[in-house]
Amino acid sequence: MMTIKATELTKTFGNFTAVDHITFAVQKGEIFGFLGANGAGKTTAMRMLCGLSKPTSGEATVAGFDVRTQSEQIKKNIGYMSQKFALYENLKVWENIRLYAGIYGIKGKEIGKRIDMILEQLGFEKEKNTLVKELPLGWKQKLAFSVSIIHEPQIVFLDEPTGGVDPVTRRQFWELIYQAADRGITAFVTTHYMDEAEYCNRVSIMVDGRIDALDTPKNLKYQYNANTMDEVFHMLARKAKTAKS
Amino acid sequence: MKFFTCWQGKRRRQNRKFAAFSSFVHKEFLHIFRDMWTTLILLLLPVLMTVLFGFGITTEIKNGKVAVLDPSKDVATQGIVDKLATSEYFTIAYRVNTEQEIDDLFKQSKIGMAIVFNEKFYENMLHTGQAQILLLADATDPNTASMLNTYAGMLIASYQMELSKNLGTTPLQITPELRLLYNPTMKGSYSTAPGVLGLVLILICAMMTSVAIVKEKQMGTMEVLLVSPLRPITIILAKTIPYFVLSLVNLTSILLLSYFLLEVPFVGSFLLLIAVCLLYIFVALAFGILISTLVNSQLVAMLISGMVLMLPVIMLSGLLFPVNNMPLVLQWFSCVVPARWFITAIKSVMIKGAGFDAIIKEFLILLGMAVVLLGVSIKKFKNRLE
Amino acid sequence: MLKANNISKKYKTVQALSHISFEVGEAEVFGIIGPDGAGKTTLFRILTTLILADEGTATVDGLDVVKDFREIRNRVGYMPGRFSLYQDLSIEENLNFFAKVFNTSVKENYDLVKDIYQQIEPFKKRRAGALSGGMKQKLALCCALIHRPTILFLDEPTTGIDPVSRKELWQMLRRLKEQGITIIVSTPYMDEASLCDRIALIQDGVFLKIDTPDNIVAQFEGTLWGVSADRMSSLLQDLRKEPGVLTAFTFGDTYHVKVDPMKIKKKELATKLEEKGYQEVEIKEIAAGIEDCFMELGVNTKMN
Repeated sequence: MMTIKATELTKTFGNFTAVDHITFAVQKGEIFGFLGANGAGKTTAMRMLCGLSKPTSGEATVAGFDVRTQSEQIKKNIGYMSQKFALYENLKVWENIRLYAGIYGIKGKEIGKRIDMILEQLGFEKEKNTLVKELPLGWKQKLAFSVSIIHEPQIVFLDEPTGGVDPVTRRQFWELIYQAADRGITAFVTTHYMDEAEYCNRVSIMVDGRIDALDTPKNLKYQYNANTMDEVFHMLARKAKTAKS
Repeated sequence: MKFFTCWQGKRRRQNRKFAAFSSFVHKEFLHIFRDMWTTLILLLLPVLMTVLFGFGITTEIKNGKVAVLDPSKDVATQGIVDKLATSEYFTIAYRVNTEQEIDDLFKQSKIGMAIVFNEKFYENMLHTGQAQILLLADATDPNTASMLNTYAGMLIASYQMELSKNLGTTPLQITPELRLLYNPTMKGSYSTAPGVLGLVLILICAMMTSVAIVKEKQMGTMEVLLVSPLRPITIILAKTIPYFVLSLVNLTSILLLSYFLLEVPFVGSFLLLIAVCLLYIFVALAFGILISTLVNSQLVAMLISGMVLMLPVIMLSGLLFPVNNMPLVLQWFSCVVPARWFITAIKSVMIKGAGFDAIIKEFLILLGMAVVLLGVSIKKFKNRLE
Repeated sequence: MLKANNISKKYKTVQALSHISFEVGEAEVFGIIGPDGAGKTTLFRILTTLILADEGTATVDGLDVVKDFREIRNRVGYMPGRFSLYQDLSIEENLNFFAKVFNTSVKENYDLVKDIYQQIEPFKKRRAGALSGGMKQKLALCCALIHRPTILFLDEPTTGIDPVSRKELWQMLRRLKEQGITIIVSTPYMDEASLCDRIALIQDGVFLKIDTPDNIVAQFEGTLWGVSADRMSSLLQDLRKEPGVLTAFTFGDTYHVKVDPMKIKKKELATKLEEKGYQEVEIKEIAAGIEDCFMELGVNTKMN
């Protein structure tokens, strides 16, 4: 089953084509890496998929809903987390969880259970009453991820979730993504860590608004005769016609 | 020769320092003009306010300060003065002997009204059956003037009735004659121009300056500027100059509007008027700088300058409500609001044509505020981030 | 060129830095490598005279960071972690402004920034706020260099920047080093360690190690295997259960497994995994990278 399906999806701003006829599909439970240089069009594409911006042309369905007409339903069925916006720093850990549970319409009794479940899963029982701003960055990001999937969405969009996180926590974070994927939640991830690209089931690389490569990391490395995804990325990104603007 | 090269080197260094300073000022102007909406608001707001506040707002007066010139000092004059004194509207603040004194008191804004009796008031009244009282009112604040006049008229009429009853003779006639000083046509707009000036100059100088400085902190650019040869005092000075210029533009537009559209007369010394305005701008800039040294976010800077400066200016400066009409505690509080002194001084100079000697108290208070504020903010200003 | 001695700094309850000492030589590229919140920015601010340390002393270019802070400010270039230029000014205006602030002109030091500036020059009329991450960093670097500093402090210049722009930035740093500029740079990306002459690994306000990248890697103690098989997601848990396996972490498409060679042999592990039904099992001995060392050192200090 396909949870995301984009066909010739395009977005233009004036003369500038940010996203240029991209076509791809993501399966349920897949971890899909969405890579590209700064300004290659990742953010614009992701906004369209989240129902935040309307495509100029082309079609896309997310969780079975049309991004053009059913953005409200889409928002109910996806989770979103980015490095920039995640949690409320001045709320305690459990208050943040309760807040998001409330936002996603989880009912009274169930909220308490979810809070305990998440705290246990992350090993945060002791930090229940800690203000989020006092947590180390890596912990915040793990909590933000758990909160973003509190309503068991079909898909979770992760926009550079691990930037600046220490190596150990970064890996624990990916273990959380794996657990979610095992439960059938599709993860749509952007990252600048190329080793993380290897953790994805499949990876797409955007260059100048187009998807220039899409396959498993293994196949991509084979195809480009490279040892690491880093090399693959550099080979593709160098082809960019604009000077990385 | 050595001295000469040394001197030359020093001059070059100074030139460069000035170049740094002027490029900083240039940058500030760019910030302002790039933010078109804010600039537009800042330039149009004073115009709008001047026009809108041109319509006076009616308020009730209590405790109008009165000076009495009573050469007669007889039963009737004493009776009328007592009548006024016992009413809640008036306080007999001064007893004077010459008209010149009354004039001075008005110019110093110490009284809102003066009562002048003729010589041998009671005697004349008994002989002729009628008498005149001259009521002088300061109409730069037209609401207060007309209110005081009405109350005084009522009180005099009631005294006249009592007197007639007691004497049991033919009805006596006391006619109060009103003379409005400074604003004979009772235009509300007379008090508008000083009030709007008081408000707008605080807004632009204090609020915008503090926000502009705090913005550098918040954007992280202050960090880069601090790690440069620029001294903090240069940064501050360069940041205030554009707002100083902007407030001069507003000063001009408000004065022009007041003169041509609201037809407020300019009887006083223009130079003195500008001097008072510059002093007030100085106080406001100092306030802005002080705020910027205390807070780290633009929002807080905005709130503080809004709550701590703007609101009291509106409430306490006498722009909307006459200061005498306020509870005593608030009146005391209004003493620390620079705008209160500024507005009084401006009214005296602009409309009454008072000279420097009449506003010396206001001037000194404002000067003191400027010195204290600048002193504190320079002391508070940090060379480092924390 | 730079000497820090026993520097400590505390914020309310958090010990941001404890007893940091190090030295940096002339024209050296010194990397301070560690995650966000490790204390990198605090250290940079102390060295650039922005804040005062609670304890310890430091000199930059022979000048004391407390006493001679004015003179230091003439000599250092500083690029904070956050993009700290005027977003509403154009590239050109930003650069001119910073030149004037440092009592110089763009013309005077153009040769130093030429290589970098030429890459963004086509967009010189564009406002800084409208630039992409990579271009912003190039502009910020130009602005930090325009007064020809003797020592350059770059706080996380590559964070949030795509790998290609990152590589370009490092090439620029190498060229600046050739011009004799000392560079202190911090980064959370472990793979950038090899681009520095010497590095310090920092975590929780403590320097775990200071040395050349090669030496740090060479000092890695223990045996490291790279393990991969067909079902990667369950493999990690199974590896961790294995006696003789000390730690196991994901590294790209393989797991880096630190083992006790006395307790387990390669063949033995391969057989065990195959018994559990794994196919395409591959185990090879590998050399540790900086990231392996960091995790190893970090784990050790946490246990102490």
